[in-house]
Amino acid sequence: MFSLKDKKLAEEIVSNIKKANVNLKFMHVCGTHQDTLVKNGLDSLLKKCGIEIGQGPGCPVCVTTQKEIEEMLVLARSGKVVTSFGDMLSVPGEKSSLRSMKEEGCDIRTVYGIEDAVNIAKENPDKEIVFMAVGFETTAPSTAAVILNKPPKNFSILCCHRTIPEALKAIIEMGEIKIDGLIEPGHVSTIIGTKPYEFLSKDYKVPQVVAGFEPIDILMGCWMLVKQIKSGEASVQNEYTRAVHTEGNVKANRIIDEVFEPTDIKWRGFPVIKSSGLKLKSKYQEYDARIKFENILSEIKDREFHEPKGCRCGELLRGLITPFECPLFGKICTPQNPVGPCMVSIEGSCNIEYRYADRR
Amino acid sequence: MCLAIPGKVIEIDSNKEHATVDYGDGTKRKVNISLVDVGVGKYVLVHAGFAIEVLNEKEAKETLDLFREMLSQEDK
Repeated sequence: MFSLKDKKLAEEIVSNIKKANVNLKFMHVCGTHQDTLVKNGLDSLLKKCGIEIGQGPGCPVCVTTQKEIEEMLVLARSGKVVTSFGDMLSVPGEKSSLRSMKEEGCDIRTVYGIEDAVNIAKENPDKEIVFMAVGFETTAPSTAAVILNKPPKNFSILCCHRTIPEALKAIIEMGEIKIDGLIEPGHVSTIIGTKPYEFLSKDYKVPQVVAGFEPIDILMGCWMLVKQIKSGEASVQNEYTRAVHTEGNVKANRIIDEVFEPTDIKWRGFPVIKSSGLKLKSKYQEYDARIKFENILSEIKDREFHEPKGCRCGELLRGLITPFECPLFGKICTPQNPVGPCMVSIEGSCNIEYRYADRR
Repeated sequence: MCLAIPGKVIEIDSNKEHATVDYGDGTKRKVNISLVDVGVGKYVLVHAGFAIEVLNEKEAKETLDLFREMLSQEDK
């Protein structure tokens, strides 16, 4: 019921876009959108219709910084049980990754969600369990719900949550690339709704459409953007009405506000972006691994960590290049032996491009 | 990471915090439903073990019709 398919209708949408005779550049910020685009050859199809569409900083694992990865590595090395989503394990740090440290005997466990990490804490009261809380607004409410539920004292999080609208503002203000329209991420929008994007259309005159993840959703999203541009409009439209309300998930937003406060945070490839991160409020600091293990983390507190040599993930995340423009892509950097996070994460452009290479 | 999968709520635990969700491919999983107000038989979007929204069946059924209508207006 929720998988929408209609080939004839899709062809009709494409034909309408073609008839509009445009030359536009759109950005989206979601790995699942990129997967749909590449898997179904929609990016090539849209290019023939005058629309270039690419992924910006829309992959939580990819935008997590080297410093945050090093923080987890330090905690693992000090004997804490480190829990994380699977994708994070293979992201290379300066000298090792969580995966290589696990092979060396550190206690690092992959979890499906934060509740699994809490269960590990309950089952191991003599151990300290740290969960690497990565993810955008889609994931932040699950972290907030767990914190409000008073998890055991031996549980804490290394908070790496980030929020999308502020990053979009940053990328527009940096002015490095032309953005004629934005396809907004469906599942971030499930939580935040459509209102938090409105300032981008108002202040920067950028048309936006919140879109779902079927091929027809993305095609329709692109066509809605084309229509806005043709009529000189710039507003936020919602194509994904079966999962996104204007107000978003009110309950989820309420608990995000209860548990977190906005913080300035660096994104990989970007400078510090104002108010684009989420930090635990001081009343929940007993669950903040950065405070709880301040002494252990102090060894890297003032250190700067650089991107791996030759890695162009930063430029990729700013929408400046495609994976094919990175000389490491598919040669030195592969999913089996990744250099940068965009090749590790199933939501990273490089990983997606590599996975569907036979379809090109 | 932001991948969310639709599934049908088939049973709600007595604590009302978790439910069993059937993904329709033989996979069933316990899911935290504290972020949504949902009943048995409804569909939810699940992300990282949490239901993040109740899917609107009426909207889903009508989406393609709405697209067709928008396209037909264009042709006029």
